[in-house]
Amino acid sequence: MSHKINNIYLFTRYERLWHWLQFLLISILMATGLEIHGAYTWLGFEKAVKIHNYVGITWLLLFFFFIFWILTTGEWKQYIPTTKKLFSVIRFYSYGIFHGEPHPVPASREAKHNPLQRLTYLGVAAALLPLQMLTGFLYWSYNSWGSWGIDFFSLQLVAIAHMAIAFATLIFVIIHVYMTTTGHAVFAHIKAMITGWEEIEEGEPVQDWEKATRR
Amino acid sequence: MRKRLYCFILCFVATALLWGQTAIADEPEQAPGLKMADQSQINTEKWSTVDHSKFDVLKKKFTSGEEITEACLSCHTEAEDQLRHAIHWTWLSSTGDGLYGKGGYSLNNFCISTNKMHDEECSNCHIGWKGKEDGINCLKCHNLSDMDWKQEFKDLAEAIDSGDPDWSGDIENDIQAKVSEIGMPERRNCGRCHFDGGGGEGVKHGDLDGSLVNPKKTLDVHMGIDGQDFACTRCHTTKNHLVAGRVYSSPATDEHVSLVQNDLAPKIACISCHTDKPHLEGSKPNDHTDRVACQTCHIPAFARAHATQMEWYWETAGKTDNGRVIQRKGAYDRPKYKTIKGNFVWKKNVKPEYFWYNGSIKSLTLKDVIDPSQQPIWISKPVGSPTDKDSRIAPFKVHIGSQPYDMENGTFVAPLLSEEVNGYWKSLDWKDSITRGMDLLGLNYSGKMGFINTRYVMPTTHMVAPAEDAVACNECHTRTDSRLASISGVYMPGKDRFLPLDMGGWGIVLISLLAIGLHAIGRIVMSAKRKEED
Repeated sequence: MSHKINNIYLFTRYERLWHWLQFLLISILMATGLEIHGAYTWLGFEKAVKIHNYVGITWLLLFFFFIFWILTTGEWKQYIPTTKKLFSVIRFYSYGIFHGEPHPVPASREAKHNPLQRLTYLGVAAALLPLQMLTGFLYWSYNSWGSWGIDFFSLQLVAIAHMAIAFATLIFVIIHVYMTTTGHAVFAHIKAMITGWEEIEEGEPVQDWEKATRR
Repeated sequence: MRKRLYCFILCFVATALLWGQTAIADEPEQAPGLKMADQSQINTEKWSTVDHSKFDVLKKKFTSGEEITEACLSCHTEAEDQLRHAIHWTWLSSTGDGLYGKGGYSLNNFCISTNKMHDEECSNCHIGWKGKEDGINCLKCHNLSDMDWKQEFKDLAEAIDSGDPDWSGDIENDIQAKVSEIGMPERRNCGRCHFDGGGGEGVKHGDLDGSLVNPKKTLDVHMGIDGQDFACTRCHTTKNHLVAGRVYSSPATDEHVSLVQNDLAPKIACISCHTDKPHLEGSKPNDHTDRVACQTCHIPAFARAHATQMEWYWETAGKTDNGRVIQRKGAYDRPKYKTIKGNFVWKKNVKPEYFWYNGSIKSLTLKDVIDPSQQPIWISKPVGSPTDKDSRIAPFKVHIGSQPYDMENGTFVAPLLSEEVNGYWKSLDWKDSITRGMDLLGLNYSGKMGFINTRYVMPTTHMVAPAEDAVACNECHTRTDSRLASISGVYMPGKDRFLPLDMGGWGIVLISLLAIGLHAIGRIVMSAKRKEED
């Protein structure tokens, strides 16, 4: 059972740069954050805090560039959630993939993400990460709460929220990394994120509703 | 396309660098708090227009301390009146209407009570020649020689009684030679009482002992003779002989202000000179000053040079060796057991205990009824709470003890101790010494006495270590053995966590790993199967 393989240019330089930069920032934040939380001792608490704060604020600042990019390029449309075919994607990953079925919604230039990805990435990029930045920023600026008139906040609650989102992010990363191995070859998706070119098994043609540009 | 990418990369790098500049820039030469404090040290050299050795009034032969005081007062006309209002004289707190203080009904973990200053040996530290019954002793604080003046005049009286003119003449000459060595109090002057509080060197305070007469900078950055060489009065500023810094029911200083904000504020608090943002701009320790006292990080341990007494059990006092008094020495060459006092434990380099502290201490008096079922009884305890904006986490020496109490009245008791008044140290008779001691205080004693476990706290504020020896972040921000393990009410990363979240979080992480493991195995197995079928 073999399909024709198409080579398509899926991820622009900026997207790849942003993706790997985020990979780097999140890795550092995760490693130092968990150390600060007392999960292990590696750099030492003081150093871990310094690095975590610096990288965290850097990420927060860079995130504005991402928002700018996604708005000006119209790429935000790639993240519009849909339930169409969502269940066939879920069915694919929980059943079809074991039986060599083709992906119901293969990636294309016009629709980089399948419905499940859209939903997940939207949740991550629009909710999870901004919330983590917000709670992190509040945590970091704790001493200014009084002068900002928000000292009714509880540091403990902010800390718990920050930690909860950290767990969610960690779980996302674990599954996200695993999902990269589900392409037609184990490293196909990762290669695409490095070179920009994705090898895609030909499946059904992209339908209009999927296309970001037609909206 | 390429241009846009470079533009973005440039923006990224510029953002990271610009922000990084402020976050991890090379440390500038000095922290602001240090700069400010150095500023306050300019022009502190003392000068005077007086040479006391040239005063005729001090050139006469003195036969009693009172005569010297008279000579002093002939010029310093207001001194006696000022002194008699000072706590150094009254031994009473300015608050509490005579209830609190050594001269009142306060008690401690050491020699318990002065029995309203009738227990004579306690009065050795009083600034009068004979308790409050006679005049003030100016020399106690202002004579810079090493003379024990009270003893000297006792000796003189004895010499005169003996009728030996050579002996008495020698003593008189000695007095004459040293009486005019007058100046502002030095560390040794204050130390004669404050380093020996509780009946011996290092007994009471863990952060004040004989090692501070000539300390190294590593023991105390302020008093170190190889550094700033502060006298006590550099921080314990005075006004009309009232010395700043006493902590009874009210804080040493009411407001957290620096000299920059109010140049007439007493210099008693760290922030007086170092300001409340003493660290480099943007550095984390500055963010701690609202909840953590400077001393908490900057005094890693007390009793760093000499040992200090940590425990004193009165209940074991009274044992004799066939009627002979026992004195046994233990660690650090300090007493372990004394017939007249009981058992002791001494320690060196002691990590303080930490409490929320608003600057005042709540202490019991001999009039308070205690609940013996709630042992140990905290005779004194820091006042403060995490919800009070003026409270900080501060370090303390917690002294452990046991002492007699009235089992029927439920109150502490005050035995008379001194040999001079035939107290316990001479009679070894609890009943007699307590009965007479309580009589002197006008308090009732049922006659039924037991011992009870007690705690007594003393703020730890001296022996400030050099910055490089300050407590490291991870000594508090850790789940195992945190210095602040007993502190609640403030969330501390690394120390605190919400356990259900941690368990749930790690649980789901584990389940995810398991799930993808199974998924991967499933893919491999099924794909192999398909290949076989092909």
